[in-house]
Amino acid sequence: METTLRIRRFNPGQEKPAPYYQEYAVELESSDSVLDGLIKVREKLDDSLALRCSCRGAICGSCGMRINGQSALACKTKVVSVAPQGGTIQVEPMNNMPVIKDLVTDMSTFWKKIRQVNPWLQPKGPPPPSEYLAPAEAMKHLSGVMTCIMCGVCVSDCTVLEIDSKFVGPAALAKAYRFVADPRDAFTKQRLTILNYSGGMWDCTRCMACVQVCPKGVAPMDRIMSLRAKGMAVQVPSTSGSRHAEVFTDIIRRKGLLDEPMLAVRTLGLRNLPRLFGMIPLALRSLVRGKVPGSGPLHRPIAGIHHIRRIFRHTRKKRRT
Amino acid sequence: MKYAFYPGCVSKGACPELYQSVATVYPKLGIELEEMTTASCTGAGVLQEKDERLGDTLNARTFALAERKGLPIMTICSTCQGVMSQANRRLTTDSDYLAEINQVLREEGLQYQGTTRIRHFVWILLEDVGKDELRRYIKKPLTGLRAAPFYGCYLQRPTDALGFDQNPDRSKALEQVIEILGAEVVDFPGKSRCCGFPILTINEPNSLSMVATHTTDAKAHGADIMVTPCPLCHLNLDGMQTKAAQQHKTSIDLPILHLPQLLGLAMGMAPKSLGLSRNLVSPKAAMEKIGIGSNT
Repeated sequence: METTLRIRRFNPGQEKPAPYYQEYAVELESSDSVLDGLIKVREKLDDSLALRCSCRGAICGSCGMRINGQSALACKTKVVSVAPQGGTIQVEPMNNMPVIKDLVTDMSTFWKKIRQVNPWLQPKGPPPPSEYLAPAEAMKHLSGVMTCIMCGVCVSDCTVLEIDSKFVGPAALAKAYRFVADPRDAFTKQRLTILNYSGGMWDCTRCMACVQVCPKGVAPMDRIMSLRAKGMAVQVPSTSGSRHAEVFTDIIRRKGLLDEPMLAVRTLGLRNLPRLFGMIPLALRSLVRGKVPGSGPLHRPIAGIHHIRRIFRHTRKKRRT
Repeated sequence: MKYAFYPGCVSKGACPELYQSVATVYPKLGIELEEMTTASCTGAGVLQEKDERLGDTLNARTFALAERKGLPIMTICSTCQGVMSQANRRLTTDSDYLAEINQVLREEGLQYQGTTRIRHFVWILLEDVGKDELRRYIKKPLTGLRAAPFYGCYLQRPTDALGFDQNPDRSKALEQVIEILGAEVVDFPGKSRCCGFPILTINEPNSLSMVATHTTDAKAHGADIMVTPCPLCHLNLDGMQTKAAQQHKTSIDLPILHLPQLLGLAMGMAPKSLGLSRNLVSPKAAMEKIGIGSNT
């Protein structure tokens, strides 16, 4: 199958280094991966092409890159899955991290953020005679998150990191969850309290990009949601993030449908005058344009609200038992 | 074609123009709708942060209400669609879990058997109305209008819950509809990214940065307007655009249209009847470009 690899090149050794695209035509088998194609290019057409790879079996996490605009492991991406009839495949280095050369990125910030969440067990009390043991059942739910191979693919596609490099990011938050949810760890609340603040678990937009691209099924965003639930359960200090979820849920219990102005006012808090006053121009413009809720300004509860409230009561009761 | 119509919170709340445009457009498409007036919010992924099982129970109730009527659900919101699709996948792939949730629904006389299909309006246009039939409804092709699609995350990811394997056209659904309406698709990298709405009250600067990035990028690619099938994206991209422009010390002025509004224009309907006067960023200049007076 005749395939063209359109590769984003960057050579810092050039006089005026600037990224550019270079195309290579290669003959590939239907069983070949994109990484097979890249290695063919490097070995037969252009030995100046820089890329990272090692195991070729989605274990080492070295070959993260963007393939046709979506981050993935090149070794796990079959050519036929991205170009079923052959044609052109665009290959670029990972996003949200600096490029060193061609497809090789600098992952030092990635590792710094992983270290930031203290990715090691922090038990209390005297050490046991041998290992820190835990029943298999208590660890089973962590098996998914422990498959993370630190490839950086989720970080590359994170929509928050695109606009805010201070966000700790999906990989580090998934790693944080791995220890927050470990029954042997004694610093759960402290970990959650640190993650509660700016740049932490509440800055995720829930866009699902990390869930979509993770090659190992870690589902980082689902772990971030679990961190938030655990944070609220142990009552970490209230932030606009936790208030948003608490108030949203309370409004659904009371009315069945969301009341957006009420959500904003209660989330921000009546004492947050600058933010509340900041909403007035938008509210006035909306009023002038006739953007008034169809259910009226008081946002009446839906018909059958007692059924919704009964479901809430039932679920809470079940949680307590 | 009859559907249980799930309008969602926002079309009944802060985006009344979306509800208005759907109500104007659907009767002309041979679609019959029965509005689900007793269905609750999906939880939008926010309630699920507190309690996923509670969210799944509320959604199972909505699915059971539609199932009892023997109707598929029609959504008009990417977030509603995504949250419902994910909940439906959890409920229909774990019979023990579904049985537990049905225990809660039983008191209302409801049982969810797992048969309800949940479909976004844009998928219904392509898959049920059909591309050829849809072309027949176009009375005033939007020739010359350059429209940038903006999907909303939950209509793009996760692809397995959204049935992209069985319906690969869904990944390009908006582009296909824009072309059928006679407008030119403006492709730009941000079309599948996040609008920033979920963190508006949590981290406003980041939220506004997302608005500014995607709207300026679409404009830089030559867009006259942006069109979205998600009212939450609309709230941020339209409602917060002025503030985003101030934060980034620039001017943007990109009209954001709901998908049914754009469809209605191509079907020859008056902008006012589609609620276009309620959009905060005025589409007047874009409408004039294609010969549509905004006061009609």
